Amino acid sequence: MTLAKRIIPCLDVDNGRVVKGVNFAQVKDAGDPVELAKKYSEHGADELVFLDITASQQERDTMKGVVRSVASVIDIPFTVGGGIRKLDDARDILLSGADKVSINTAAVKNPELVTQLMSIFGKQCVVLAIDAKRNYDGAKSKTMFKERGKKFWFEVRIYGGKEGTGLDAIKWAKEVERRGAGEILLTSIDADGTENGYDIDLTKAICNSVRVPVIASGGCGSARHMLDVFERTDVDAALAASIFHYEKSTVDKVKKYLKRSGVRIRI
Amino acid sequence: MAKIAIFDYGAGNLYSLKSALERNGAESVEIIYDLKDLEKFDGLVLPGVGNFDPAIRSIEGSAQRLGKAIDSGMPVMGICLGMEMLFDRSEEGELEGLKILNGDVVLLPKDKVKIPHMGWNNLHIKGDSRLLKGVRDNSWVYFVHSYRAVPNDRKLVVASSDYGVSVPAVIERDNLIGVQFHPEKSGDVGALMIKNFIEICDNETK
Repeated sequence: MTLAKRIIPCLDVDNGRVVKGVNFAQVKDAGDPVELAKKYSEHGADELVFLDITASQQERDTMKGVVRSVASVIDIPFTVGGGIRKLDDARDILLSGADKVSINTAAVKNPELVTQLMSIFGKQCVVLAIDAKRNYDGAKSKTMFKERGKKFWFEVRIYGGKEGTGLDAIKWAKEVERRGAGEILLTSIDADGTENGYDIDLTKAICNSVRVPVIASGGCGSARHMLDVFERTDVDAALAASIFHYEKSTVDKVKKYLKRSGVRIRI
Repeated sequence: MAKIAIFDYGAGNLYSLKSALERNGAESVEIIYDLKDLEKFDGLVLPGVGNFDPAIRSIEGSAQRLGKAIDSGMPVMGICLGMEMLFDRSEEGELEGLKILNGDVVLLPKDKVKIPHMGWNNLHIKGDSRLLKGVRDNSWVYFVHSYRAVPNDRKLVVASSDYGVSVPAVIERDNLIGVQFHPEKSGDVGALMIKNFIEICDNETK
């Protein structure tokens, strides 16, 4: 236990602007990605994640420009995801200055992509994003959980949460680890946008199943939620968007609070 | 004003490093693919992306030139893999290292810790260092690596970090500097080290 727990602001980018959705829908404009990146970095963010949420071909080029501008102003690592379908997409983003790429739908459609990315760019460049949602329909050979008497399992969803895959998130996490993912960015669709706190059941289950670092995402509404996820799970990093974008809190305030509460934090 | 060169092994993202050198006071930063015209520059950076064997293959034709430049006092900073290459050999590859520093590069203790060592860790400063001028003990820096250097001469290690084992984090021998972490990704503390490196290069030009 020597590494600091990381606090990661996430910026969803739509055609060159930062936006914030609720439950994977309903988008509001939250600012300029380069300005926000600079601000978060100055406030002590340990890392940043940019998710390109539209990713039509034309907008992919917009994103490359955003990545380049961000890389020239900040001095912390950052990850870019969204719309990375093939090796060339990943290469474009990494050569534009990103430290890591995150892939989601493309990995489900073609798991071989994870292996290829790892062998070319190294494990440390490959972040596997898993969007998971509770599924209450009885299913065979799934890792089952129970809450208020109801049984469920965590299903991997793709295309921004719109489509189910039938994949068990716990098994999928193990598979992508085996294929060479360097890190897992775990988003709870049930918790996302609610600001009621991270999904502890999901986060704990994934952290207990893999040895690669896990980033918890979805549901953060306060610094208290971050403390909660660090105290109750072995997660390595906590990602949040809205509490930072709308200035409910700042990265440095959150980090001071966590440090006071006994979490190993870089300040 | 220092003109800095970054050697490209062909392994990817050098843009962040180039930007960091530019932001922190280099007069110019050029990415180079061989070491033919080294005398045009005041300092050289061997970056930290890629794998041991391909990187060695890309530089071995220029190894003599590099050795001469270092002997003549040119400031050289190897980052991560760029430092590991300077040693005799590495467990990551089959090829011999550049043998500019004596010692081995070995895998981190995989039974004790997650590999790669990826994230923010503390620097324990052990000795005088020009790179670390003004850097406080226990400062946080950003690591991404799976191997560590074991120099024969332990006195070269001026700072280390704990990750299941003591990991040499900064190595200095005259104007030759090796860092295991990424100063270009280590926030304000990293920026200060890059400024210090540029200052070392500046002093050589005077």
